[in-house]
Amino acid sequence: MTTSLPHSGDAPFVVRLETFSGPLDLLLHLIREQEIAITDIPISRVAEQFLQAVHALGLNEAAEYLEMAAQLLRIKIQLLLPRPFDDEEWEDPRAELVRRLLEYEQIREVAEWLAEQARQHGDRFARGWIPEPPEQPDRPVIVGLEELLLAVERVIEAMPEPVLHRVVPRPLDVEGATRRIRSMFAERDEWTLGDLVGQSPSIVDLLSSLLAVLELARVGFVQLAQRQPFGSVVIRREPTDAAA
Amino acid sequence: MNRLTQLLEAALFAAAHPLPLAELGKLQPDVSHEELLEGLHALRDQYDRGGHAVDVVEVAEGYQIVTRPEFAEAIAEAQIVRRPRRLSPAALETLAVIAYRQPVSRAEIEEIRGVSVDGVLRSLQERGIIEAVGRGEGLGRPMLYGTTALFFELLGVRSRDELPRLEDLSVALRPPSDLGELTRS
Repeated sequence: MTTSLPHSGDAPFVVRLETFSGPLDLLLHLIREQEIAITDIPISRVAEQFLQAVHALGLNEAAEYLEMAAQLLRIKIQLLLPRPFDDEEWEDPRAELVRRLLEYEQIREVAEWLAEQARQHGDRFARGWIPEPPEQPDRPVIVGLEELLLAVERVIEAMPEPVLHRVVPRPLDVEGATRRIRSMFAERDEWTLGDLVGQSPSIVDLLSSLLAVLELARVGFVQLAQRQPFGSVVIRREPTDAAA
Repeated sequence: MNRLTQLLEAALFAAAHPLPLAELGKLQPDVSHEELLEGLHALRDQYDRGGHAVDVVEVAEGYQIVTRPEFAEAIAEAQIVRRPRRLSPAALETLAVIAYRQPVSRAEIEEIRGVSVDGVLRSLQERGIIEAVGRGEGLGRPMLYGTTALFFELLGVRSRDELPRLEDLSVALRPPSDLGELTRS
């Protein structure tokens, strides 16, 4: 954005907004443009130009520029006030502004030096800096279906063979055994347990026969006798029990 | 090249930032500063006479291997590296104030520059060119700012001593009392 400002008498001068980094910058620009001695600023003229520039540049919103404008006007008024002749205590109201302008100009010169320095060194490239990767949590595990199934198989293989308990209905036939034993006692009055059980019986038959014998003994149909520990058991029909 | 020079070259090549002498000294036990400087000189000599495209420079109180300026254009053009972002006039002015007045508060910078420097300070801080170095004594214990090593790295300047001396600037700042006399009628 450029704009022309009315210049007292002479040709208008051009102001570029982008080049201003603040009100001091603009003020300095106005002063330098007109080759005014910084220590003897014609405040009245400069204040007017400053206000025009602020207005022309649409900087009315910028508090900093308005503050500077106000300051310039104040100095202008102070200069208009009559002052006692030969007053040693009198200080030029522009002094503070001049000090700030000089200080700012000095900073500007340093800033230019910095810019040039940075520009020159910008042509010298150091090793590319690789920033350290930020600490990241462990990545989630990503596996294919095949891998997953293989893993499952390995786990199953490692498992101990399960002990399976087969629950079967008891095929014990105590009643059948009882009937058989009763019929045997119809032939003879005395049998050994081995006789009653028969040769190489199944465990179920053995248990059925044993339980039948015990039951018959309980009801008094037979008497059991064992002459010595682990000896053969003699089962004799109870003669008195004939009635039962 | 002797072993120390080789070690220095390896270290400077591998490092992400300029290496100060103190760190280079750890490369070899009982090595003196003089020997290190000799080694660095030998390395620079090697690069010079061998027509290498890189050079050893002293920046930010350390040493760094950098490319020679004449290759900058081609490298940047080919988009192999990007030139550092240019600093805005506002950033440069702010940096100038901080460089000379540090540790300095935001209010002091604003007083000199005549504008708010909030945004500039934040972006300079984000880029690591300045840092908060403490708190001042004044009202609200304001944050004080100073430049970082990256500031000197960016400028290719060894240290604060290499910044222009204020007396040498064309605009010499006179104390306010002198100005009073100057403008007195």
